[in-house]
Amino acid sequence: MSVLVYTESEKGKFKKTALEVASYAKSVADQLGTTVTAISINADNTAELGTYGVSKVLQVKDAKLDTFNAKTFASVIKQAAEKEGSKVVVLSQTADSKYLAPILAVNLDAGYASNVVEAPSSTSPFTVKRTAFTNKAFNFTSIGTDVKIVGLSNNSFGLKEHPANAAAEVFSPIIPENGVHVDSVDMASNKVSIADAEIVVSGGRGLKGPENWGMIEELANVLGAATACSKPVSDLGWRPHSEHVGQTGKPVASNLYIAVGISGAIQHLAGINASKVKVVINNDPEAPFFKAADYGVVGDAFEVVPKLTEKLKEFKAQNA
Amino acid sequence: MKILVCISHVPDTTSKINFTDNDTKFDTNGVQFVINPNDEFGLTRAMWFKEKQGATVDVANVGGPETEPTLRKALAIGADGAIRVNAPATDGYAVAKQLANVVKDGGYDLVIAGRESIDYNGGMVPGMLAELIGANFVTNCISLEVDGNNAKAVREIDGGKETVSTTLPLVIGGQKGLVEESDLRIPNMRGIMMARQKPLKVMEPISANVETSSVKFEKPAPKGAVKLVSPDNLDELIALLHNEAKVI
Ligand SMILES: Cc1cc2nc3c(=O)[nH]c(=O)nc-3n(C[C@H](O)[C@H](O)[C@H](O)COP(=O)(O)OP(=O)(O)OC[C@H]3O[C@@H](n4cnc5c(N)ncnc54)[C@H](O)[C@@H]3O)c2cc1C
Ligand SMILES: Nc1ncnc2c1ncn2[C@@H]1O[C@H](COP(=O)(O)O)[C@@H](O)[C@H]1O
Repeated sequence: MSVLVYTESEKGKFKKTALEVASYAKSVADQLGTTVTAISINADNTAELGTYGVSKVLQVKDAKLDTFNAKTFASVIKQAAEKEGSKVVVLSQTADSKYLAPILAVNLDAGYASNVVEAPSSTSPFTVKRTAFTNKAFNFTSIGTDVKIVGLSNNSFGLKEHPANAAAEVFSPIIPENGVHVDSVDMASNKVSIADAEIVVSGGRGLKGPENWGMIEELANVLGAATACSKPVSDLGWRPHSEHVGQTGKPVASNLYIAVGISGAIQHLAGINASKVKVVINNDPEAPFFKAADYGVVGDAFEVVPKLTEKLKEFKAQNA
Repeated sequence: MKILVCISHVPDTTSKINFTDNDTKFDTNGVQFVINPNDEFGLTRAMWFKEKQGATVDVANVGGPETEPTLRKALAIGADGAIRVNAPATDGYAVAKQLANVVKDGGYDLVIAGRESIDYNGGMVPGMLAELIGANFVTNCISLEVDGNNAKAVREIDGGKETVSTTLPLVIGGQKGLVEESDLRIPNMRGIMMARQKPLKVMEPISANVETSSVKFEKPAPKGAVKLVSPDNLDELIALLHNEAKVI
């Protein structure tokens, strides 16, 4: 009956989103009067999950699962849910978890709510709040099936400590063959990814050309931030497609989003609105972004950004 | 090759979002509906297959009669035929079950859907559809090549990309990158005229349980006014981000 949570890891270490979904699962389990079981795949330090309220970990270790595969991972999670008799399965909304969730839903014949941002507002009927219309609104969705899958938006619930003793149990599911083979993986080298980033520094057409991105990268470096861009910037080939954020690009839900030379078109804002704090740097005080931002600097990016970077370096040195 | 492109009918990206009936219904008043942008990329890629490799391309939507102009637009862009399953698109799983029936009925080998719809952003239908029909599935797809029964695709992942090989039958969740922005087609007069002659078949739905239902909508709380900081006083910005917003 326990709530099952899939805790994603990378190179043996739990991702931050894994700890967040564990925190969330604990809160759901409290509402339902049950406990949390995690399913971990090729992760090492399972005890870490105890801090966030997990009392049991089904630990799978198998070299066949070193490379992510949606169908295979969905099958492993399904077997764990059946073993635990779980009625609620909690996932994050990383690219991988979003990929496997619909497959898992069909296999468990479960209703699935994605982009959930809060603990259930009711458990009977089981009702969750999710974003809709690309962050322009919220929707309360109730799931009527016996088994329910909740996809928790990244960085929406936060980490909540609930010390428990995460007892690890070796779990050896059947690992099915499947028809999609990964030939190669190409990771942008030593860069923070937009999905994982706490801070994102984003540049728009106001930066005039790709040769001016050095200052965006420097600002991002000081902050340990990911870099992103508006759609025209990637359409013009100034920056790679993978950096395009917004309604038709990657969604951003960071703690801090800094927009430089971006006008703040509705399609851009839709994709980044889930960020908690927004800063805009733009030389046009009428730019729509000022209506959406928390903090703003009306000024020329070519002066403001390098100055801000210098000041942040000093600040970091003092607060180190 | 027989290709089915799944088209969801969504409010134009500039639409103001409002609700009626005590916040239980989306207010379509004054809202312009379009082909979901992710599906438009997919449709454009499908046209490429049709023209370069030979394929028939049908489009399908699950929805009421109000979605037909969107399907006609897809026909004007170049699809050969359209299918509308006459059922409200309330739940991703239910939509996937209807589409699975369309795929079985039409014997399609490649189904191109979008990564997500920009209205409910479910990101559910393509994966569910693939599983229901026993097809391979690749989502966040930014490149797709098909050679006979074999396919190669590139999928965007957090922090990078991944190249995969697979076989038909295949369902993909496409997005920007699948084709270049400049490849998107605006229907011309000839296309629009021809679309009137093309078949738009209405299928009655099969019975399917509704697994999830919308209870009500809510708008985000109104935001306070922006705090402006002078470009000559960036220390203040840093202090605000540190002490007030607590994000650095
Ligand atoms: C279907 C559809 C989907 C879309 N999806 C997206 C999406 O996902 N993401 C997205 O970003 N856009 C999207 N768009 C495009 C969107 O409508 C805007 O065109 C785009 O966001 C504008 O990008 P920008 O702000 O970089 O450029 P611009 O609108 O050209 O704005 C540049 C800004 O830079 C400022 N500026 C100029 N010089 C300086 C300087 N020296 N210092 C400081 N500021 C300066 C200007 O004042 C201006 O505000 C979409 C559009 C459509 C139709
Ligand atoms: N009502 C629908 N009719 C046809 N295709 C749909 C429908 N809803 C979703 N799809 C397809 O599934 C994709 C993802 O949608 P969603 O799961 O709703 O985010 C869309 O881009 C479409 O290709």
